[in-house]
Amino acid sequence: MLTMPALDQAVLSRREGIVADLRAIVPGEGVIDALEERRAFESDGLSIYRAIPMVVVLPSTVDQVARVLKYCKQGNIRVVPRGAGTGLSGGALPLEDGVLLGMAKFNKVLDIDYANRCARVQPGVTNLGITQAVQHAGFYYAPDPSSQIACTIGGNVAENSGGVHCLKYGLTTNNVLGVEMVTMAGEIVRLGGKHLDAGGYDLLGVVVGSEGLLGVVTEVTVRLLRKPETARAVLVGFPTLEDGGNCVAQIIAEGIIPGGIEMMDKPAIHAAEAFVHAGYPLDVESLLIVELDGPRAEVDELIASVDRIARENNAVSSRISEGDDERMRFWAGRKAAFPAVGRISPDYMCMDGTIPRKKLAEVLRGISDIAKRHGVGVANVFHAGDGNLHPLILFDANKEGELIAAEKCGADILRLCVDVGGVLTGEHGVGIEKRDLMPAMFDEDDLATQMRLKCAFDPDALLNPGKVFPQLHRCAEMGKMRVHKGQVPFPDLPRF
Amino acid sequence: MDLKPRDAKDLCDAVAWAAAEGEALDIVAGGSKAALGRPERPGRKLDVSALRGDIEYEPEELVLTCGAATPMREILLLLEQRAQILAFEPPDFGALYGLAPEGGTIGGALGANLAGPRRIKMGAARDHFLGFSGVSGRGEEFKAGGRVVKNVTGYDLPKLVAGSMGTLAIVDRVTVKVMPAAAKTRSVLVFGLEPAKAVAAMADALNSPWEVSGAAYLPEAVARRSAVDHVSGAGASVTAIRVEGTAVSVAARCEALRTSLGTFGAVEELHSMRSVKLWREIRDVAPLLPDTSAALWRVSVAPTHGPAVAAAVPGADWFLDWGGGLVWLATPEAGDASAGPIRASFGEGHATLMRASAGLRARVPVFEPPAPGVAALNRGVKAQFDPRGILNPGRMFEGI
Ligand SMILES: Cc1cc2nc3c(=O)[nH]c(=O)nc-3n(C[C@H](O)[C@H](O)[C@H](O)COP(=O)(O)OP(=O)(O)OC[C@H]3O[C@@H](n4cnc5c(N)ncnc54)[C@H](O)[C@@H]3O)c2cc1C
Repeated sequence: MLTMPALDQAVLSRREGIVADLRAIVPGEGVIDALEERRAFESDGLSIYRAIPMVVVLPSTVDQVARVLKYCKQGNIRVVPRGAGTGLSGGALPLEDGVLLGMAKFNKVLDIDYANRCARVQPGVTNLGITQAVQHAGFYYAPDPSSQIACTIGGNVAENSGGVHCLKYGLTTNNVLGVEMVTMAGEIVRLGGKHLDAGGYDLLGVVVGSEGLLGVVTEVTVRLLRKPETARAVLVGFPTLEDGGNCVAQIIAEGIIPGGIEMMDKPAIHAAEAFVHAGYPLDVESLLIVELDGPRAEVDELIASVDRIARENNAVSSRISEGDDERMRFWAGRKAAFPAVGRISPDYMCMDGTIPRKKLAEVLRGISDIAKRHGVGVANVFHAGDGNLHPLILFDANKEGELIAAEKCGADILRLCVDVGGVLTGEHGVGIEKRDLMPAMFDEDDLATQMRLKCAFDPDALLNPGKVFPQLHRCAEMGKMRVHKGQVPFPDLPRF
Repeated sequence: MDLKPRDAKDLCDAVAWAAAEGEALDIVAGGSKAALGRPERPGRKLDVSALRGDIEYEPEELVLTCGAATPMREILLLLEQRAQILAFEPPDFGALYGLAPEGGTIGGALGANLAGPRRIKMGAARDHFLGFSGVSGRGEEFKAGGRVVKNVTGYDLPKLVAGSMGTLAIVDRVTVKVMPAAAKTRSVLVFGLEPAKAVAAMADALNSPWEVSGAAYLPEAVARRSAVDHVSGAGASVTAIRVEGTAVSVAARCEALRTSLGTFGAVEELHSMRSVKLWREIRDVAPLLPDTSAALWRVSVAPTHGPAVAAAVPGADWFLDWGGGLVWLATPEAGDASAGPIRASFGEGHATLMRASAGLRARVPVFEPPAPGVAALNRGVKAQFDPRGILNPGRMFEGI
């Protein structure tokens, strides 16, 4: 089972004093001390892991964030940042001896600048909230995780979140221009801004996706995009998984980058259809939704190409949406895939590997074997354009041993993804969920290099420790050079 | 004595040795950007040009992996055969540095985080850099990122290494994302706009649904130097808007853009070859190169702020790319080559002295001096990756 950093008894014994000190920094209801109220924060979207934080702090100004962090650094107190708590990898799992720093009160859109196609927002604004603030003018914020109603832009920055439109429009990292961030030392720094590229070292580039380990983000500048003129989708059924995979490969080989390409396997199709009656064909092994967006002339031309490619790859059914109602119906099943699976199974766990697309059929067969071996069910939804696979492992936590079987099954699936040339996580992050699997992808030197980056930002490992890296090393220890003068012979190299 | 590793193993040995001896290294691959950065260079060269080739190109997966010193020319030719591109439109600064054309390597383009006009739509080199293996200043070999287009496993070290000018790690193999090439390209030109009006016109185009992939402004004196007759013969400033895509799509979008941009001034269309030529000139800064004695600045700011940066140096030659967000300025080398007024002309952004004499690059910060908090983080990062300060020390910032 998962081990977290040993509790710091010295900190726990000072708990009351710490709460009082924090109250002096964040007055009123900003410090939550009562056990029942703290329990509301005990987990994020990966709810099989829970821990009640020592204290919850909900600051509402940057100055408060800076003072809280400085105080915690001085007192050697651990801090876990939290947005909306929808994360699926346990990144916001509290520490029992730590401060849970909730950013929910940072919920304002600060500046909308259409002339520069960007907006400045506080990190607690929801992903959809940004689009809602600009859609009246025909704009939107492109990355669209399925959790977009609830998840915050601060969480998106921490996880480098994606969505169904990533292949064409990029992940969070490609759509964030700048952040203001507070380091564990309480320093406020600004990285990037309304201009392109940070200049100097791209610290912005590493802060995005750093899972709350490098600093607490207090402001985000995002790119705004003009809404496409139109969007149309094709719904295609295939007799085999290979045919579906080949169809995607051919679409891309012909130079078409659709706004979204989603694939579902038979169990996912059946669960979704039973739930929302989207009109999906049930006698197919794989179902593809290909959405094209952009200028009408282009979309009309390319949708016909996609339809042709689908037929060339043995599609048994292919339907092009005529109007937004029908397009939304195609999506309804896919968007409800998680709750749909939730209806056919008491519990499910969502995995998130990325694989080279050409390995799809092989990997899906492998997943099915793995699931059988562990005695659990599995349904697959797939961001097919970029190879990001979401196997949903079906189990019943109330049955003896099934949770452990499901976890083992998940780990085996992710190892398979790495074995075929893929990666452990495409958009949900490592957190605690994939932490102990990191060595499947990275060797000791790879991990040490990453941890040293952390040392440059947070040398005492106080910010979100126990996440991402399987082992905690002291920065002083890792800072040592492995080689010493004279020990390494002059290399035998050709000279000129 | 210079070092020339044959492979990754040699590279690792060489850096481990240099780290042990505290011997600083001047890292060179194609040498196409030797004049970029501060002039401070260690005496010992590490020639990594042998770390090239071994290309694994998978067009359907949209990825290409190769040795970091693989010539850009070789990669672009290979991609062309499958109608794909590096979407960040890497510039060719051969002429800018007075060298032969197309002398750069993929590692160099990533290390300097370059990007052309398409930056506004498709991102910079950093956005297409998926993974690498390399050696840190500790002489340890490590890898980061992956070989798939979507990956959030661990820190995004490719972003950190992109633009770090070889001061954090020496990269030996890289994986980049590739994208389909557009079948057609066309541009709409608007004539005779003042700078602020031109930025407004570019914003109008960029804020339209017509998926603009280039938006630049050439003042009259600069436009006159173009090799594209419609531009040089305009007798007025030229605002250029590019669209790319299928023939049908490009025609429809150009028509819509001509209508909306027509409210700003007289418009004309540039087709295929002429459009390609114009954007290559803009990408490679060709219109500012005739005066080889001038210092060249590259300034990234919020697009609406571009004209104010240009106005900071009266009489200088300049043009705007990225809808106004990228200002290229040619200033006389005298004094600080206007570093003071240029850097004082914006609050947020950065100015890089892309080309200047060694003397000027020693006097004036080549890269934008960071705020103290960021500078401290930079020093911390450098100390972690290269504690002995042996990788291109001083090339970007003094002491880093
Ligand atoms: C039903 C469902 C569907 C989902 N679909 C998708 C999807 O399609 N694509 C996708 O990518 N993800 C998806 N997710 C995962 C999740 O929504 C994203 O990871 C999201 O970005 C988390 O945001 P949050 O505000 O909930 O962050 P939290 O869960 O609160 O935190 C996530 C991480 O961010 C850190 N953090 C939060 N705020 C800050 C801050 N201000 N400064 C520093 N660190 C901070 C936390 O410490 C933690 O490590 C889904 C989740 C659910 C429940």
